[in-house]
Amino acid sequence: MKRVRVIPVLLIQNNGLVKSIKFKNHTYVGDPINAVKIFNEKEVDEIVILDISATLEKRPPDMAKIKELTSEAFMPLGYGGGITKLDEIKELITAGVEKVVLNTSAFVSPQLVKDGANYVGSQSVVVSIDIGKDFWGRYKVYVENGSKNTNLDPVEYARQMEKAGAGELFVNAIDKDGTFSGYNTKLIEQLSQCVKIPVVAVGGASSVDDFTSAILHGASAVSAGSMFVFQGPHRAVLISYPGQAELREKLFSKI
Amino acid sequence: MKVTIVDYGVGNLASIKNMFKKINVESIISSKKSDILQAEKLILPGVGAFDTCSQKLAESDLLPSLNQRVLIDKVPVLGICVGLQLLLERSEEGVLPGLGWIKGSIVKFNAAKMTPELKIPHMGWTDVTAVKGSKLFDGMYESPRFYFVHSYHPSVMNEEDALVQATYGYPFTAGVERGNIMGVQFHPEKSHKFGMKLLENFARL
Repeated sequence: MKRVRVIPVLLIQNNGLVKSIKFKNHTYVGDPINAVKIFNEKEVDEIVILDISATLEKRPPDMAKIKELTSEAFMPLGYGGGITKLDEIKELITAGVEKVVLNTSAFVSPQLVKDGANYVGSQSVVVSIDIGKDFWGRYKVYVENGSKNTNLDPVEYARQMEKAGAGELFVNAIDKDGTFSGYNTKLIEQLSQCVKIPVVAVGGASSVDDFTSAILHGASAVSAGSMFVFQGPHRAVLISYPGQAELREKLFSKI
Repeated sequence: MKVTIVDYGVGNLASIKNMFKKINVESIISSKKSDILQAEKLILPGVGAFDTCSQKLAESDLLPSLNQRVLIDKVPVLGICVGLQLLLERSEEGVLPGLGWIKGSIVKFNAAKMTPELKIPHMGWTDVTAVKGSKLFDGMYESPRFYFVHSYHPSVMNEEDALVQATYGYPFTAGVERGNIMGVQFHPEKSHKFGMKLLENFARL
């Protein structure tokens, strides 16, 4: 049976866990360490933790906090936020982070992607690409937490990052974030066709059926935030993760 | 029941130590010959390129102590990922030698043999089967699955040395065991309760 990775993505802001809608309206949802412990018990495939305030505050990764997280994570853990130097990548890997996630810094310095891949191997360097629509409705790559349009075409940028040594692309559609309206499968299809490395679909998932759809459109893995931390129409905070039986029936058996 | 994690300058040792801590097994990370020579159990980690690992292990000056402890004193050793690959004689990935404790070589995933063709590296969770009785799989949970990240896998010369089989495009050997020498291609330290059980079994050997 073929399995694909289903990855909760957690956002950290001011030491708390938050969740956004279209990269705005951040709601506090709890304590990060506690969330990692719960996801551990639920035996999640992998987890991605993004400190979304680090880059905006021009601050490096909070190593002490990250070590606390890795000591509780018995699954692969990806970390992103505020990474600008190769030394920080080395330090993160030594601390037990499996994958470093680069977003703004990959745009500012593709060399960091290259250096990171040379040092820790491509499989541990993930480039996160936030994609939004510009004034004319064209898809562009955004950085700095979705606040700055680089004017770059996502397909060209994805190819450039693959060439620089990225081992995986974490592709987030900004206007889908937190909306529970399904992935932007067209975008996923377009990007996964233009690179050989795995594309992880992010943004909009509301059900396991959405995962299946993203995989059938070319994604190698799927990620979600809101779906795993909110429950019901009033967005009550409740951490959840589909069980193996559901994944087998609705996802693994259909791909 | 103490485990010595060999530090030869390669790999994510903190994760292995974290998991031993979680299952209440004492472990140390060491690059000292004296620790290797007194070790009750040895973990040989490894990530990245085969030649980098082979070279660093050779430069670490720990080889004579490892040979003594594993081949003569017969202390259990578990190679993880490239640590497993080092147990064999050589790898298609590089030119430097492996330890040669297990006969065979490390080969690249053959995309042409896969139906359908899958992406390389093989990255993610895959179900595994123990193909022979092994204490490492004693009391293992049902439907064991482990986290893999690799482009190369073992090809053992003696079929009886194969311990674990997994399928990615085609079946391959994902773990080996010959007496006190064991290795797994996957990452037990990143594989939840399945990894905990396997590492606990190893620590109890």
